[in-house]
Amino acid sequence: MHGRLKVKTSEEQAEAKRLEREQKLKLYQSATQTVFQKRQAGELDESVLELTSQILGANPDFATLWNCRREVLQQLEAQKSPEELAALVKTELGFLESCLRVNPKSYGTWHHRCWLLSRLPEPNWARELELCARFLEVDERNFHCWDYRRFVATQAAVPPAEELAFTDSLITRNFSNYSSWHYRSCLLPQLHPQPDSGSQGRLPEDVLLKELELVQNAFFTDPNDQSAWFYHRWLLGRADPQDALRCLHVSRDEACLTVSFSRPILVGSGTETLLLMVDESPLAVEWRTPDARTRPSHVWLCDLPAASLNDQLPQHTFRVIWTAGDAQKECVLLKGRQEGWCRDSATDEQLFRCELSVEKSTVLQSELESCKELQELEPENKWCLLTIILLMRALDPLLYEKETLQYFQTLKAVDPMRAAYLDDLRSKFLVENSVLKMEYAEVRVLHLGHKDLTVLCHLEQLLLVTHLDLSHNRLRALPPALAALRCLEVLQANDNTIESLDGVTNLPRLRELSLCNNRLQQPTVLQPLVSCPKLVLLHLQGNPLCQAVGASEHLAELLPSVNSILT
Amino acid sequence: MADQLPTEFDVVIIGTGLPESILAAACSRSGQRVLHLDSRSYYGGNWASFSFSGLLSWLKEYQQNSAIAEESTASWQGLIHETEEAVTLRKKDETIQHTEVFCYASQDVDDGVEEMEALQKSPSSATSSATPDPLHSACLPGETHSLHAASYETPAKDTPKSGGEVSLEVTDVEDTLAKEEYCGDETRTPAVSDGDEDGKKPVEKDSTDRPKRKKITYSQIVKESRRFNIDLVSKLLYSQGLLIDLLIKSNVSRYAEFKNVTRILAFREGKVEQVPCSRADVFNSKELTMVEKRILMKFLTFCLDYEQHPDQYQAFVQCSFSEYLQTKKLTPNLQHFVLHSIAMTESSCSTIDGLKATKNFLRCLGRFGNTPFLFPLYGQGEIPQCFCRMCAVFGGIYCLRHKVQCLVVDKDSGKCKAIIDHLGQRINAKYFIVEDSYLSEETCSNVQYKQISRAVLITDQSILKADSDQQISILVVPPVESGTCAVRVTELCSSTMTCMKDTYLVHLTCSSSKTAREDLESVVKKLFTPYSETEVDQEECTKPRLLWALYFNMRDSSGISRSSYEGLPSNVYVCSGPDCALGSEHAVKQAETLFQEMFPNEEFCPPPPNPEDIIFDGDDKQPEAPGANNIIMAKVDSSEGSKNPESPEKQLQN
Repeated sequence: MHGRLKVKTSEEQAEAKRLEREQKLKLYQSATQTVFQKRQAGELDESVLELTSQILGANPDFATLWNCRREVLQQLEAQKSPEELAALVKTELGFLESCLRVNPKSYGTWHHRCWLLSRLPEPNWARELELCARFLEVDERNFHCWDYRRFVATQAAVPPAEELAFTDSLITRNFSNYSSWHYRSCLLPQLHPQPDSGSQGRLPEDVLLKELELVQNAFFTDPNDQSAWFYHRWLLGRADPQDALRCLHVSRDEACLTVSFSRPILVGSGTETLLLMVDESPLAVEWRTPDARTRPSHVWLCDLPAASLNDQLPQHTFRVIWTAGDAQKECVLLKGRQEGWCRDSATDEQLFRCELSVEKSTVLQSELESCKELQELEPENKWCLLTIILLMRALDPLLYEKETLQYFQTLKAVDPMRAAYLDDLRSKFLVENSVLKMEYAEVRVLHLGHKDLTVLCHLEQLLLVTHLDLSHNRLRALPPALAALRCLEVLQANDNTIESLDGVTNLPRLRELSLCNNRLQQPTVLQPLVSCPKLVLLHLQGNPLCQAVGASEHLAELLPSVNSILT
Repeated sequence: MADQLPTEFDVVIIGTGLPESILAAACSRSGQRVLHLDSRSYYGGNWASFSFSGLLSWLKEYQQNSAIAEESTASWQGLIHETEEAVTLRKKDETIQHTEVFCYASQDVDDGVEEMEALQKSPSSATSSATPDPLHSACLPGETHSLHAASYETPAKDTPKSGGEVSLEVTDVEDTLAKEEYCGDETRTPAVSDGDEDGKKPVEKDSTDRPKRKKITYSQIVKESRRFNIDLVSKLLYSQGLLIDLLIKSNVSRYAEFKNVTRILAFREGKVEQVPCSRADVFNSKELTMVEKRILMKFLTFCLDYEQHPDQYQAFVQCSFSEYLQTKKLTPNLQHFVLHSIAMTESSCSTIDGLKATKNFLRCLGRFGNTPFLFPLYGQGEIPQCFCRMCAVFGGIYCLRHKVQCLVVDKDSGKCKAIIDHLGQRINAKYFIVEDSYLSEETCSNVQYKQISRAVLITDQSILKADSDQQISILVVPPVESGTCAVRVTELCSSTMTCMKDTYLVHLTCSSSKTAREDLESVVKKLFTPYSETEVDQEECTKPRLLWALYFNMRDSSGISRSSYEGLPSNVYVCSGPDCALGSEHAVKQAETLFQEMFPNEEFCPPPPNPEDIIFDGDDKQPEAPGANNIIMAKVDSSEGSKNPESPEKQLQN
């Protein structure tokens, strides 16, 4: 039968395709070359626009060519009449749109559009919003487009309420949308500004409850979708704590003043400045970190001249002013006393509850209830378990301690990939709880033994501790931050897997150190101890270094001031 | 009829229902010479869609049931040789029974004239205007045989068009729309349907001038007859189903447009409610509690790969699905949703079948939208025609209103050699495909047929009001007493191009136990109230009102084994009519199976070649060969470029 459709064989097809590709490549290369030549020669005219549009139309990710176009457009701006320019801009916008259709996630294209729009005298923002809506319709998680939308919304001063409604509509369609949830977290504080908090502040309770319900719908529908959990955490979280001086300590013996801050700072010229007032008159001092390294630290200290510590006066007052942090603290050293201090207590300042906190604990309580309900249905959902733990900590860390530990166990079993992270988190919570207990008991002795700790944290909070027990844990090191424990006299760290002692340095009052059954390999790891002047008793039994021939001699040589070294 | 058909073919197909049309496309595509015949004046057989007046004519034909047969058929006995015998075919269709029509809309006298006009139209003219016939010009230029056939088929209508204009996509929606737009005087059809939007547009327009229900009279329905495309069988396409896959693979999808079904509904405790079935639905649902959301999602997620978790259902293999659901902590409303709206099974169905059905439903979610179903614009009847068009593009020849009197069987080989048509022409072929309803009583003497009960309603409101009045909904009403069947209700809005503005077209389907009206009337009464001039009480007023209703039974010839037909030669293959199921899986499977039986080494409906890979196998004798060559390339090309936004493959890329 004639007049029928016949089909090329696969070889013919392949050959045709190959030729076509070759042709395309040739065109592409020659156009690129011409553009570069023209650019070098400074011929920035419309022909460059034409050439670059051929290439960019096929490959919008060629960033250099976008730069080229920008140069041309800038040049033309000076030469053309307003009407011609308007036409030029119109074609450029159309061209950009066609490039976005080729690749809706091209950085260069979106950036160029931003650039172009911000140069226009009367940009049509409504059209841009429409464009974003259309691209988000196709891919609601295209964060390039979200970025651009935020840019447009800011430029066009779109009311936050409208943008919020837009995020609503996208979440309704598919709630697995990080960008949309994130945008909400930016818009809500703008919509409901709270007087006493900054930009990252809290939401009024009615708004908060509505958001919590929305996000609950999401994680009850699909508890494995993390976007909703992240938003949930933001809802319940609070802003970074305000800058503060947490503790101020003066010691007459060591003629030394120690300060701890709410965040690590770097004191020195050109960075943070600290002002020390002794008896209301400024005193110039040298600030240093406990481990003598110049880097951001929670704790800073300085030597005091004998004059400011003399015992003639009934008392001396010391005030440290942190200028950048807009905070200060004062303490008094009474006549006849060895030391004086002033500190924020973890018990009333809720220092450790910055992970999650909402003014109303009823809200937290009801969140805890619904998460527990979900956990019953989804016993293996890690997000749910983690949220329960965080909620319990925010509500009452000591009351829920036991339960929290059980949840940690379950969580580790269902999420073995993050076991180490979870161990560290658990260690942190346990240290916090122990600190709380110590402060409630108003003692300076901290027991952290037998807790399976993998990491030590909040050491800056332990400035005043004299006795510390770290035995029977899984610690691998005594970290440099330990040097902040200026009052430490006895440190027990038996039965760990400690290999390094970087933190046991410059501890002015340390007398006894127990390090039995650890993994200290070489006598040289004990080097930091040399800087502890009062160390007299050192237990090293059960460490590999004891096995070495002549170990005792070696150690005696290294630490001549230590009276007894038990190996 | 001056033109004579050619007498040599590879395959002769009798009946233009879905399986026959798919087979026609497949055979033609693989290079067979195909003759596709239908004794009716319209495409699709029992798969057809009609305009309102077309449907009335169709009804009349069945009601006048008397002997219209024996018109003027040439005698065939003389054409049978000594070595041959004849297997006669049935003279009139007997697949439709118990048709009953009820009109509730007011029949204003002043409009009576028009109504008469519509009714008096001869069946053929009414139907040909009803089905926007895509095939009239779907032939190749200079292709003598096709031209032949086209002019043979509709001599008057096609002459101006078929002169040489080739088009694979002539009757695009726009085109049909344009025609319709031209015809319609008062109401405007929403512009080219592009997704959900056009569902909203008319609403906005309406809201201003429609504070109350709009009154629709019978004469308006008749006047707007062409807005209706009323399906004889009510089916939807599973978006991961065999039919969609076939449409996409074969690129036949380019001939059709689809809309997503927008809602899955449930009828529970006397109320219609929406079933949350997708993730987004569950998230947005205001009716479900948090815990219900979780339980439902958990169960549905499990169903998606239930085979991987045998521990979760193994113990219940012997139980029914509904008993199994009770053990899954699902609250009663969730059980109802899963059983009747998602799995859409009978309560008695086994756990495994229920899980399978649920999985199938879920698998289809999200491919094209938030429900698993698609509905073809202009009705289900479009689908067979799309395949016919594909067949014609590859050279198949079409004749409607062409009866076949008998099959000619060679006594020696026992094989069928030819057919003899009503003009007494003998046409030879190697393979013969016959739709069940064409087979004579003699051939079917041992066959036990099932029946489908159908109702078609025109109503004035949706069964569940929503923000947008452009909703396509599917609802399964479970049986009240055991032993009867669940009734499937499909409600179509005007943007599906199957009914006029301000009306809804409702299809009810169940497998028959009695006559259609006896099977379905109780459900109709539950959901609707008859239209009446006088205002009814408040409660009744909330139900949508019936303007017009039709009940009929259709024979269900699916599931008949080939061996139950008496005395059919081995090269005669039988296709069945529509089955009762929601999808068209059976038809596709049947077509593919028969095709593989006939041509075991050929691929079934392979993707059509890319335009650039087509070589036009022109012939020197063709005067306009070089020109035509270019035209066809251009046309095929443009069809590639201008794909309609709803076509599945485009959607897929997104």
